[in-house]
Amino acid sequence: MLYRENGQFKTSYQADQQIFPIAQDRLGVLLLIAFAFVGVPFLVDEYMFRAILIPFLILSLASLGVNLLVGYCGQITLGAGAFMAVGAYAGYNFLIRVPDMPVLGAILLGGVSAAAVGIVFGVPSLRVRGLYLAVATLAAQFFWDWAFLRIKWFTNDSSSGSVSVANLDVFGVEISSPLSKYLFCLTVLVVLSLAAKNLVRATIGRQWMAIRDMDVAAAVIGIRPMYAKLTAFAVSSFYVGVAGALWGFVHLGSWEPAAFSVDRSFQLLFMVIIGGLGSIMGSFFGAAFIVILPIFLNQILPVFGAIFGVEISTATVSHFEIMIFGSLIVFFLIVEPHGLARLWSTGKEKLRLWPFPH
Amino acid sequence: MKQIRKLAIAASLAAALTGGLTVPQAFAQAKEQFFPILVYRTGAYAPNGVPWANGFIDYLKLTNAKGGINGIKLAFEECETGYATDRGVECYERLKGKHGGATAVQPLSTGITFALTEKAPGDKIPVITAGYGRSESQNGAVFGWNFPLIGTYWMGADVLVQHIAKKEGGFDKLKGKKIALVYHDSPYGKEPIALLQERAKMHGFDVQLLPVAHPGVEQKATWLQIRQNKPDYVFLWGWGVMNSTSIKEAQATGYPREKMYGVWWSGAEPDVKDVGEGAKGYNALAMQHGAEPNAKVIKDVLGMVHGKGQGTGPKEEVGQVLYMRGLISAMLQVEGVRKAQERYGKGKHITGEQMRWGLENLNLDQKTLDALGFAGVMRPVQTSCLDHMGSAWARVHTWDGKKWSFSSDWYQGDEKVLRPMVMLASGKYADEKKIKPRTPEDCKK
Repeated sequence: MLYRENGQFKTSYQADQQIFPIAQDRLGVLLLIAFAFVGVPFLVDEYMFRAILIPFLILSLASLGVNLLVGYCGQITLGAGAFMAVGAYAGYNFLIRVPDMPVLGAILLGGVSAAAVGIVFGVPSLRVRGLYLAVATLAAQFFWDWAFLRIKWFTNDSSSGSVSVANLDVFGVEISSPLSKYLFCLTVLVVLSLAAKNLVRATIGRQWMAIRDMDVAAAVIGIRPMYAKLTAFAVSSFYVGVAGALWGFVHLGSWEPAAFSVDRSFQLLFMVIIGGLGSIMGSFFGAAFIVILPIFLNQILPVFGAIFGVEISTATVSHFEIMIFGSLIVFFLIVEPHGLARLWSTGKEKLRLWPFPH
Repeated sequence: MKQIRKLAIAASLAAALTGGLTVPQAFAQAKEQFFPILVYRTGAYAPNGVPWANGFIDYLKLTNAKGGINGIKLAFEECETGYATDRGVECYERLKGKHGGATAVQPLSTGITFALTEKAPGDKIPVITAGYGRSESQNGAVFGWNFPLIGTYWMGADVLVQHIAKKEGGFDKLKGKKIALVYHDSPYGKEPIALLQERAKMHGFDVQLLPVAHPGVEQKATWLQIRQNKPDYVFLWGWGVMNSTSIKEAQATGYPREKMYGVWWSGAEPDVKDVGEGAKGYNALAMQHGAEPNAKVIKDVLGMVHGKGQGTGPKEEVGQVLYMRGLISAMLQVEGVRKAQERYGKGKHITGEQMRWGLENLNLDQKTLDALGFAGVMRPVQTSCLDHMGSAWARVHTWDGKKWSFSSDWYQGDEKVLRPMVMLASGKYADEKKIKPRTPEDCKK
């Protein structure tokens, strides 16, 4: 009843081509963003900021980057963790080695470095596909793990191999309180998500999707596979690299290569698969599922046990957490193989007919 | 109508739930001192994490059984980190504000320690890393909130070098010797490298670095290198399953276990038990204490905690090496609170900032330790604003196939070697972070 586009006539090409053609969507997204900027800071406490919202925002950005590559261009990657690491370490080196380097500049340059590295490690995609490509990108993961552990220059000769940054400020505003960190990450995420949304609707995005759906046919109609695939790698790695820099700079403050291990790569790939391949919205759902659910389970299980008068030990909680989490993944993949984003769009379809379904 | 009723029930249930969760905490604030406990009872490091956590909690229970700290009872809550840095940070954030605020935090992971080092000054919560963490944090002038009490890795490595020098008959005999360091490839394993290289320069021995990737079950290549190079000694800086794997590989390659020395995190029962006789002769550093089944404090724990059916782990493990480590870590924190109460009011709740004063002015002489039941277990600890370690004593113990027993006298880390390294590294950190080191005047506050 409420969610129906009847009567919304487009009279210009501009109106027809806007990001959210349906007025309710537009309003919804605007309200959501406004709420995230204005409402959330009044509602949540420090724990929510530091332990849940900030990791969620940063990993959403990373998963968005992976989705551009895997979901939109069809190139499976297992090297996302490595690109995050490149973003973080490159950003760190720009920050300490270039005098008067602004933090935002270092983070973006971290992303640019990751993009460059992404192009290099994307070259095999011109020859190999599917699972073979996944294995080839895994090489990036192992190479960069090795490089950041072994090459002392990257870590500024720190004796333990762990690096840290402090005293962040962006345009004169100090990024140290949980709220400022949250707002900073949110701003970066909103800007980059809108950019991504536009990118996938433009020529380049359509080229990626053509390559994904059938690369031979795409080549026949005049899309250059090399250009399309490498740009997908570059843009995706840029997003992932910025996310990595934020993860190191804003969330952890001090990190070692283990923060970007192969586990992280798998985690990001799962986010995309569970959230929904080829959907911007899905990246957020996937990140929420993977970041928030385990922590939620970890906290709710003891409470649940207490209701029934059972004291559940820490180890049991953590075992249950993994078991429930795993079975939920399997459940969602069986019930909705196209990811949580599909559930969302099915919901929207239903909403259009509500309350008079035929 | 039906739906509305359902809704109402659900809402009231939810309200009752959340209400039930928050109210006791508000009541609890007054007369409790909250100890958050970051543990790992699952994952690759669980065999070592579990006894540590059990010891820690048993000591808190013992303190409560004895009437708390001047009447203040201890509240505590566990949070599982799985040794992962991001989960550790989440746990810290979750626990730091509960029950009137965390007194101090003990991360039990070098990775988490690094992350919390950045957060502690803002939250004003001391980070106690008894026997681990970053070695340069001994300098309390720069690292105001880190307390690597009774041992750092540099000190540990220094004692090991002293021990083999003594075995060889003097530091001059070390010239031309080869020492291989088999280490966990993480900030933890890399910590001793700087000290060993410094000592190698001084005495002319050769250090070989052999990293092992997490979790450390894949070591064939490492031990092949050892078989080829035949180092005179192997130092082991492992944790969890990596330790027992190393000893098994040493057995398989025929490297004499007598020439192997582990750090204090590589010298406990779970590391050698499965190998049994094969580990006979394997040595490890004892961070003051070893396995102490006969200590008075252990008898107290068995009587007053386990005897009443409130023990945390299996009774047989009480008094083992890592259990003792957890217990001593808890004791240091409890004594920090006691010291802080001396200044800020006995029987009062201590804040994180007051706790820092307590930890900086810790003075556990032998008499106090004996009274606490630690006679023969450890030597006196005295910290100051500038020295956050407080004690540099260690021994070596050896596995005889059934139990750990001491095989050396007490050693003390050499201040002449350690101090300049600590000052240099912490100075670099202060420059990087633009920290103004605290002066002796600042310390009096």
